[in-house]
Amino acid sequence: MKLELKGISKAFGTFYANQDIDLVVESAQIHCLLGENGAGKSTLMNVLYGLYEPTAGQILVDDRPVSFRGPADAMAAGIGMVHQHFMLVPVFTVAENVALGAEPTSFGGVLSMDETRTKIREISKKYGFDVDPDALVEDLPVGVQQRVEIIKALVREAKVLILDEPTAVLTPQETDELLDIMRQLKAGGTSIVFISHKLREVQAVSDVITVIRRGKVVGDAPPTASATELASMMVGRPVSLSLDKAPAQPKETTFVVENLTVRAANGTNVVDGISFDIAQGEILAVAGVQGNGQTELTEAILGVQEHVTGSVTLDGKQLLGLPVKEVLRSGVGFVPEDRTVDGLVGPFSVAENLVLDLYDQAPFASGISMKPAKVVENAKAKIEEFDIRTPSAGSAAGTLSGGNQQKVVMARELSRPLRLFIASQPTRGVDVGSIEFLHKRIVAERDVGTPVMIVSTELDEVVELADRIAVLYKGKLVGIVPADTPRDTLGLMMAGVGPEGGSDDK
Amino acid sequence: MSATSTASAPGATALPAFRPSMKVPLTLGVLAVIALVFFGLLGPGQTAEMKISDPGDAVAVPALLIPGQVGGIVLGILLLAMAAYSIYLWTRNTRSPRWLPIAFSVVFVFAVLLWIVAGARQPSISLAGLIAGSVTLAVPLVFGSLSGVLCERVGVVNIAIEGQLLGGAFTAALVATVTGSPYVGLLAAAGAGAAVSMVLAVFSIKYLVNQIIVGVVLNVLVSGLTGFLFGTVMAPNKDQFNTPGRLDILPIPLLSDIPIIGPILFKQSVAGYLMYVAVAVVWFGLFKTRWGLRVRAVGEHPQAADTMGINVNATRFWNVTLGGAIAGIGGAVFTLVTIDSFTKEISGGRGFIALAALIFGRWNPIGAFLASLLFGFAYNLQSILGIIGTPVPSQFMAMLPYLVTIFAVAGLVGRSRPPAASGIPYVKG
Repeated sequence: MKLELKGISKAFGTFYANQDIDLVVESAQIHCLLGENGAGKSTLMNVLYGLYEPTAGQILVDDRPVSFRGPADAMAAGIGMVHQHFMLVPVFTVAENVALGAEPTSFGGVLSMDETRTKIREISKKYGFDVDPDALVEDLPVGVQQRVEIIKALVREAKVLILDEPTAVLTPQETDELLDIMRQLKAGGTSIVFISHKLREVQAVSDVITVIRRGKVVGDAPPTASATELASMMVGRPVSLSLDKAPAQPKETTFVVENLTVRAANGTNVVDGISFDIAQGEILAVAGVQGNGQTELTEAILGVQEHVTGSVTLDGKQLLGLPVKEVLRSGVGFVPEDRTVDGLVGPFSVAENLVLDLYDQAPFASGISMKPAKVVENAKAKIEEFDIRTPSAGSAAGTLSGGNQQKVVMARELSRPLRLFIASQPTRGVDVGSIEFLHKRIVAERDVGTPVMIVSTELDEVVELADRIAVLYKGKLVGIVPADTPRDTLGLMMAGVGPEGGSDDK
Repeated sequence: MSATSTASAPGATALPAFRPSMKVPLTLGVLAVIALVFFGLLGPGQTAEMKISDPGDAVAVPALLIPGQVGGIVLGILLLAMAAYSIYLWTRNTRSPRWLPIAFSVVFVFAVLLWIVAGARQPSISLAGLIAGSVTLAVPLVFGSLSGVLCERVGVVNIAIEGQLLGGAFTAALVATVTGSPYVGLLAAAGAGAAVSMVLAVFSIKYLVNQIIVGVVLNVLVSGLTGFLFGTVMAPNKDQFNTPGRLDILPIPLLSDIPIIGPILFKQSVAGYLMYVAVAVVWFGLFKTRWGLRVRAVGEHPQAADTMGINVNATRFWNVTLGGAIAGIGGAVFTLVTIDSFTKEISGGRGFIALAALIFGRWNPIGAFLASLLFGFAYNLQSILGIIGTPVPSQFMAMLPYLVTIFAVAGLVGRSRPPAASGIPYVKG
């Protein structure tokens, strides 16, 4: 099936999220839409899927113009979509989720789920998915949930499958598996629109790449285009993808974690006897698949976890048991993994967010009163220094793009003299241009002699930033290895296999 | 640290230290001791008579004669045994099974009943009458909580159950009087409930007004409106507007003579039979049909439903309307079954009790039905105990079942999870 978009525009008020976009998806091709966060890729796909009505333009299926009044029309035309945030009902079974909207029923609308179960098993078998039709979706790992989404589209006989940032939530292994599935689908005649901002994946799997920037098509590129070329097209200016980083000059070891254990409410140890240290002027990157204790580890150091045992010392001072405020006052800068929940107060202004930790101290306060003029003054300086793109210092932080929100958090945390800097997922959901900037700031902080701890599930980022790499698996430390350790070894360590090969004791 | 154990059995070493919450064993233990000491050892000396069949029944079953103190001790020991079993399970790191707190509650309530009856001036009570009366009083509650289940399952919080009941009660009385047929009144009540619900639906779904606020305002509005019309129209012209007559009791031959369950199941008015049908139909519909799957999807994850081509807001609108119609029928029970005329505020807060029943029943039609029965039992106990002359002040008696409910909800049932999108309006995009 050939799908064509002609001159599609979508405006929200006066803002054009898409402007005059032309796109042709040929049959049995993987067509990649590459663009930064906020470039308008998802909006375009929502138009294509009937969720939004285009302001102008036309959609053609096999050269016949169609108009979709809702997702049902799009599905009927053979278009399926896997959304970035899964559209699955957590308390339903796989079969119920797959059936929803096109339920096979017997007399009187009574569900007959057996038909759906059979179809799920057929598709699972064909593509090597391991999906139990009767499992509750909320009990499934993210990778499997994504397969349920794909099954949903396939059961409806989708000829064009839209995958919106499908790898954002996946581990490196799961990503490779997904790319294989995409190739299989293509071989079976399904076209795929693959939306991503990750160059490596795009290069690996695409037949055609269309780059979108600020709601407009910049141009097409062949999959053989280099990463630097693609990144420059996305951002609109030359980008350097490799970080110029001088070798670390570790000095005194001032941050020591010994035998740290965090017990979760269900009685398991989510962090289990972890010991490591970081020297001044060194970056330790903690790698691992999401959910292996990284969150709890950083939160335990900050003091927001309960049931923590062991020892965390900074400059010889015990941090465990101190209130969070005391920990911060000891010189700890902390960038939380989810900026929208823990890093920022969305409705507060950028200026206010920049002093969330210092609002009660001079120069921003005296006695019980705050000094708004000083807060704004500080904000202007930080906006300049960190290149935060915001309409004004008074704009609500929640309205900024992901990259700029992250810059606000980073600017705040780096605005005090630090004795330790912890950044969790520092560039998650951040555009390429901002990643470069944020990475440079992190290295700069190392170079002034701060011990730096980075937690990231992106192996690229870990390898890029680290002087040493610590790998977590199910709450335990698999090992600490040098930064030049081969990616394959790191991948295995992330699956729990020790660094010296095999399963030796160390 | 061993890499072997890391790879093979992670977390397994930490498990022996895991303990389930001791809330259930502790609650059961304390209640059992209270029962044994107060209802047993310090229990009343009289023998309580618990009649199982009525004199007119075809099958006569002899009454239960239970000595107050001995019975209290026996029940207390039974409760203690159940609590001990729960504590034993706790020491073995096992959670108590679901039936245990429920069985415990039933025995506990029976022990309370025995204690009160044996301490009364006239230590005799008809169990059959007690239960049948509970069911009768529960009928409006069941309809009300079913309305709540339907609305919340589709994602709209229905605080207006009280208003729907009251609107139904008023309309049923008025229309039944004017047309001379209680059955037409019953239908009209459903329409009135639906009308109240439509206001809730329009404002909360289309105009995105806070659902709680619309609901509360509707309750006040309906109360004021019916109160005004009652005072100006109904009360001065009682014969013309407020003598609806009753729905006939339609006993099913033979079956209605079975002791205890006969009168409950087979000696009801149309509204009573309709209640059983409604519970079954709503349950089957919600969990076994396409309609129910869509309703639940809309209440749990409206966006997922939308992307599967389901019209979220239309589904919500019609379900809320249907819920209102069901509550309206419940309201008709006040004026067509319980008594045969409308008075101001006749629903008397039952709508809010129905709301509690729906939460206690975990957003499940059958759960809501059972919870409503418990509250119906509470209402009935209050009046019956007043008749047999218990020394305990009736206000305290009326409180007891609610206290049990609070214990049950907080300590025994555990955390229940409402539909994820309940109360959250759906805006596309």
